[in-house]
Amino acid sequence: MTDIPEFLKKMIRTAGLSGYESAIRELIEEAWRPFTDELSISRIGSLQGLKRGSGAEPRPSILIAAHMDAIGLMVTRLRDGFLHVTGIGGIDARVLPGQLVTVHGRETISAVVVEPPSWLLPPDDRSGSTSLGGLLVDTGLPADRVSDLVRPGDLVSFASEPVMLGKEQLAGHSLDNRASVAALTHALDLLQTRDHRWDVWAVATVQEEETLGGAMTSAYDLQPDLAIAVDVTHGKGPGSPPDKTFPLGDGPALGLGPNVHPGVYRAVKAAADRIEMKTQLEAMPRHSGTDAYGLQITQAGIPTMVISIPLRYMHTPVEVVHLKDITRTGRLLAEFIGGLEVDLMKKLSWDEEV
Amino acid sequence: MNLKIGSAQIKLLETLCAATGVAGNEGAVRKAVLEALGDAAADHTIDALGNLLVIRKGTRRGRRLRVMVAAHMDEAGLMVTGDDKDGIYKFETVGGLSPAQLVGKHVVVGKDRIAGVIGFKPIHLTTASERTSGVSLDSLRIDTGGAANGKVKIGDRAAFSPNFAVLGSGRTRTLRAKALDDRLGVATLIELVRNPPDNVDLLAGFTTQEEIGVRGAYVAANALDPDLAVVLDCTPAYDLPHWEEDEENTRYNTRLGAGPAIYIADKGTLSDPRLVRHFSETAETAGLPFQFRQAGGGGTDASGIHKSRAGVPSISISVPGRYLHTAASIARVSDWQAALQLVHAALSGMNPSLLSLERA
Repeated sequence: MTDIPEFLKKMIRTAGLSGYESAIRELIEEAWRPFTDELSISRIGSLQGLKRGSGAEPRPSILIAAHMDAIGLMVTRLRDGFLHVTGIGGIDARVLPGQLVTVHGRETISAVVVEPPSWLLPPDDRSGSTSLGGLLVDTGLPADRVSDLVRPGDLVSFASEPVMLGKEQLAGHSLDNRASVAALTHALDLLQTRDHRWDVWAVATVQEEETLGGAMTSAYDLQPDLAIAVDVTHGKGPGSPPDKTFPLGDGPALGLGPNVHPGVYRAVKAAADRIEMKTQLEAMPRHSGTDAYGLQITQAGIPTMVISIPLRYMHTPVEVVHLKDITRTGRLLAEFIGGLEVDLMKKLSWDEEV
Repeated sequence: MNLKIGSAQIKLLETLCAATGVAGNEGAVRKAVLEALGDAAADHTIDALGNLLVIRKGTRRGRRLRVMVAAHMDEAGLMVTGDDKDGIYKFETVGGLSPAQLVGKHVVVGKDRIAGVIGFKPIHLTTASERTSGVSLDSLRIDTGGAANGKVKIGDRAAFSPNFAVLGSGRTRTLRAKALDDRLGVATLIELVRNPPDNVDLLAGFTTQEEIGVRGAYVAANALDPDLAVVLDCTPAYDLPHWEEDEENTRYNTRLGAGPAIYIADKGTLSDPRLVRHFSETAETAGLPFQFRQAGGGGTDASGIHKSRAGVPSISISVPGRYLHTAASIARVSDWQAALQLVHAALSGMNPSLLSLERA
């Protein structure tokens, strides 16, 4: 079995900001190779692993998408040896001062995001918090060396080390959405010893944090009959409203709303019930904020579902997940896939009653 | 004697920085200092405030100046003040730590060094006006992942997790770590105690509670009864560019790479002019770089020491450091080495007539 916490730590240490996923893709490729029959890379960089089903051809197929891209920063300009940066993905500038980062210039450079003293800041930043534009990145290197090594457009990724909190929870950056990649990997692992009639496309998608482009394009190309986006949702914890968050360790959250086909929701819930797995219901009144938003409107429309792993402090460098939620999500996916009947698509209807 | 900062000194600094030594609970740092000193600390006491006082008498005959050299062991950090259950704790700051610098950081809590994080509300659940407002301490918690039940208790200290790194190489080799303020001073003082000048009695004070009002140094000076004092600290380098391209940053305090900072005046001390002259002339004679720290705010152990007993002529010498009191401060090895060499040379050049000179 894949050692989930070790695999996660490796993934966290591997950069893969939206649009620049090559390094993380290679790591996932290595993990998926023994579990898949074919591996391919989409035209915009998503990793597509096919595990063939046992049903008679032509077999239906399901696509499971977990985005592998992470949020981060990008250099916009150099200034006296310091770097100005902008965000890739949604970043609250208040989490940045004092963060360890890696600048991906002509060399890999350790650096730190810094908040200049107030009298050096733009006037609007001198009270309240400092905007992203007011912050700088300091490599500690002299200005001429920085100009040799760094250019606008270079990426800056978070660099703090992941840490286990006790035996069951992991803290680190980019767990959104490497936690889901781990869950999908666990599912592929479990499917090695479990029969499934459908073909399974495991897809580690690119660019979710910016465009959802990875999920849309792989779904268009692979034309699955069903699709599931695996992502993270807000974990209950300090600073978060209790009505929009889910306790860590209580199992995956099953999404329900316009991005979710009610029939697929019912089938996933039934799979959870079969293995007596605790799940939580997540109301998704509009955009689910996941790859499902893109998957659903691909080709002539794809029945789509969202399964989420609760995660605290999303889009900070200290995201926290419960390892059991990851393995449970993997088990649920494997159970759902294993239970898919060849004629499901004939029976599936958009019947809102769940 | 030409003392150097090599890999052994950098390794020791890493050990010192990794220790949690929040003001009032400096034991882990004190232990590391004593271990590093070994036999050089044969003559030492630990006083009522936890100061570690090490005496190294000179060997030169005749009257020798009694020179106190102080470096504070404590750092700005956190204390656990409330238990929210499930491994989540309220805390307060000890020393000058901005809540904005605590967001999204890894910390270690208590003697058992339990791992924790200080999380933050996800951006998705914030409003635009929330994102431009400051960070309140009250909104922050230490999260130990439910794992610490029973192992963390109210009153425990917490500090940023160690993250020591050497950045760059050669002439501009740079150190990044938590607590460079003032483990750099502590590491420098360790080198002095290991290599004491023979012309003075070196009274080393590894002090406590500097960050909450210079409390250790004051009693240390009362006990050591020095003729004069030199304080080794780490002072901010605000040498960053101004937002406006054509505006000069006139309040840089010190600059990284420009050598050790000699204090003339800060908010707590007017350095003794004889010592300012002695240190700057020593640097010039020895060809060592130095800078005068811009006069203004801030303070060091000197603010307590110069008013101890019947008055102690005092001066502070700092290694400039960027982003002190944050999770990741930055300093140059060249500044540190020059600080060590300057202080050693200045001490070696001290004789009793120094204090017979006119002050100004």
